[in-house]
Amino acid sequence: MSDEAFSDINGNRISLDCQRHSDICGEFTVSSPKLSFLKVTGCTCALWLCAYTIFFFTEVTEVLSVAIMLSLVGMMGHLHFLKIDHESLLVIGSLGIQMTASYASGRESITFIEMTKVKDVVINEAIYMQRVIYYLCILLKEPLHPNEVGDVVPVFQSCKPRLNCLIEIYKQCQEILAQS
Amino acid sequence: MVLKIFFPQCCVQAESGLLIGRWLPKHNSAVVLAVVHFPFIPCQVKQYLCQLKNLIKLELAIVGSWSKAVKGQEKQDSFLEDLCTIFPQGDWLQMYSEKGKRGFDCRVIPRNGTKTMNNDKNVVIIHYDQRKVMLSQLHPEDGLVLGSRTNVSELTMVFQTVSQSQELFHSDKYDEGPFKVTHWQSEGREASIIIELCKQASVPVCFVINCFLTVWFWMCKSRILNLWPARFVSSKLSTCVQLNHRAEQLQIMSSPRKTSEHLEFMRKGNIFLSFLIDLALGLLLISWLYRENRIARLADMLVPAADRVAEELQQLLQWLMGAPAGLKMNRALDQVLGRFFLYHIHLWISYIHLMSPFIGMILWYLGLSACLGLTIALSVFSDIVALLTFHIYCFYVYGARLYCLKIYGLSSLWRLFRGKKWNVLRQRVDSCSYDLDQLFIGTLLFTILLFLLPTTVLYYLVFTLLRLLVVLFQGLFHLCMDLINSFPLFAVGMRIFRPYRLAAGVKFRILQNDKERPLHLLMEINPLTFSAVLKWYRIPTYSCYPKDSWGALCKKLFIGELIYPWKTKHTKTD
Repeated sequence: MSDEAFSDINGNRISLDCQRHSDICGEFTVSSPKLSFLKVTGCTCALWLCAYTIFFFTEVTEVLSVAIMLSLVGMMGHLHFLKIDHESLLVIGSLGIQMTASYASGRESITFIEMTKVKDVVINEAIYMQRVIYYLCILLKEPLHPNEVGDVVPVFQSCKPRLNCLIEIYKQCQEILAQS
Repeated sequence: MVLKIFFPQCCVQAESGLLIGRWLPKHNSAVVLAVVHFPFIPCQVKQYLCQLKNLIKLELAIVGSWSKAVKGQEKQDSFLEDLCTIFPQGDWLQMYSEKGKRGFDCRVIPRNGTKTMNNDKNVVIIHYDQRKVMLSQLHPEDGLVLGSRTNVSELTMVFQTVSQSQELFHSDKYDEGPFKVTHWQSEGREASIIIELCKQASVPVCFVINCFLTVWFWMCKSRILNLWPARFVSSKLSTCVQLNHRAEQLQIMSSPRKTSEHLEFMRKGNIFLSFLIDLALGLLLISWLYRENRIARLADMLVPAADRVAEELQQLLQWLMGAPAGLKMNRALDQVLGRFFLYHIHLWISYIHLMSPFIGMILWYLGLSACLGLTIALSVFSDIVALLTFHIYCFYVYGARLYCLKIYGLSSLWRLFRGKKWNVLRQRVDSCSYDLDQLFIGTLLFTILLFLLPTTVLYYLVFTLLRLLVVLFQGLFHLCMDLINSFPLFAVGMRIFRPYRLAAGVKFRILQNDKERPLHLLMEINPLTFSAVLKWYRIPTYSCYPKDSWGALCKKLFIGELIYPWKTKHTKTD
């Protein structure tokens, strides 16, 4: 529904899409910036230049085919395993919370946490290298002592949106959780 | 509170009728299992429910009514609404689908009689694929401990309900029952001829294998084989260990008891496939070895190879007895140690030459053992390597013991040199006043040992390196054997071809987005990742990897303690 200008902790533009399917169900999708064309061309050109220099000195043609295969396989691997297109959080009151990470090749990695295990959804601060960032996380109950916090599961780990985006999501999550 | 209804996808197209299911009051949800159609007599339905409850041991009930909007059936719908008084158990769900609209609606009538308003916001309808949920097995992170736990999660209860209700799914539309039921198998029961044939064939096969195994274990326990030398040798030879392991696995696999638990079933499947692969690879190896008489050529190569190894060792010792790497050795000790080891090598070579006429035949018969499996062949090969390099092992033990003694002597005399003593009672170093003669002799011995140290260190280093080389080579074989022994091929195959059977969890998808209707979700099975499959279903083997970390290993090498590369787990106390 809302699509304002949000950015992640490094300053890149990201977009947030909040959909309230009903009073007890909400889906929040954060999309990362797409793969930069300049970076892709730069990497491929660098790799092929190296291969050509080696070929120039050694006169072995297999180096060129190996370089082409490497760049193809590397690109496919990067799209399938590393490049996350968008991450989404689906909160269904009294059922559970589902986190989906969709990769650029279409692969989806989905984790579902039941509501009986969830204690709360909070925004936490963390020291990340030389700066302090905010991140949204799900607090899980400790199995043996239900009043204590067991695990902390951070969400939107690869998109890393900034505080204004997180506040939007946090408010709607709390509305949904309060109803269950 | 939100009421969750788990509705099977196969019943969405069903005709009007009553819903059979189970209430989960702790989680405020209901699992619908089947739809009972008109015409029916309510007391017959109640009888059927009682029968089912006794068979399945679950609290099944009529949870509500289902009406599909067809013209001219409004009377039937009002009849259905009045039925809620006949089945008095829990709340009554009225699910109805309207003509022309996708999806269906639900109205809840609570037990205390007051009719609530049409509160769609309070109901969530979750569609699930009944067959997949019935066959699937959840793998929670805290282990598959089945049985009564204080708080079982809602999803586990849903999965358990559906998988335990297999008796309910046995009646299909061709049965001559008093009424018709719709569920995933109502179009006709599914079965596979091949699986049924295999089940029938496995009974006599298991019986035969069991008889054979009883004979084998009786032989193993007989008195001749239980004498100390035979037991000691058989515990060191990896062939015997592997044979024992395989026999135990065969026993697990061919037990006539029917498996009720999922883990047991998977373990049997994994063991069976591991056996098959082992035998297939072993037969492949035999066909390769015995073609073109390769095994005879291997046997011919063996004795010259052993000779070559002995020659190299002799040259090494000559080098050590001279001035190795420019270091100056103590001549007397050098000569003693060098001659001692040279004599050993001479003895060893004589024994090998004694055996050389028989080696061809022995190897030919040992090669046949590969028909029992590739792992047996690998273990036989590893044992042959161990026997052929037995002299290296002996040298390592001599060198290590000598070095160890020297280090202990040196450390104790060093303490004497400084005027200290090891207090055994307090486990610490204390000062002590020695007599003059004690100090004199002690210092003398200390000097002698210190100046003899480089020679011993060199011999120890060289033989330890050789021994480590042999251990590495044997380790490769053991690694291969361990891989074949423990890889759960059945589980991995099931993950590839039937991923819904091994579930790590579930995933939800929003099906409908109408504001005035209840929320519809689709629940799908989230299969286990391959690494999780390996972690859950890895077949336990006898080998435990060396418990020493790298630091402890280096410390042992430095002190001169003997290193045993693999210890096998003894499951039975001898």
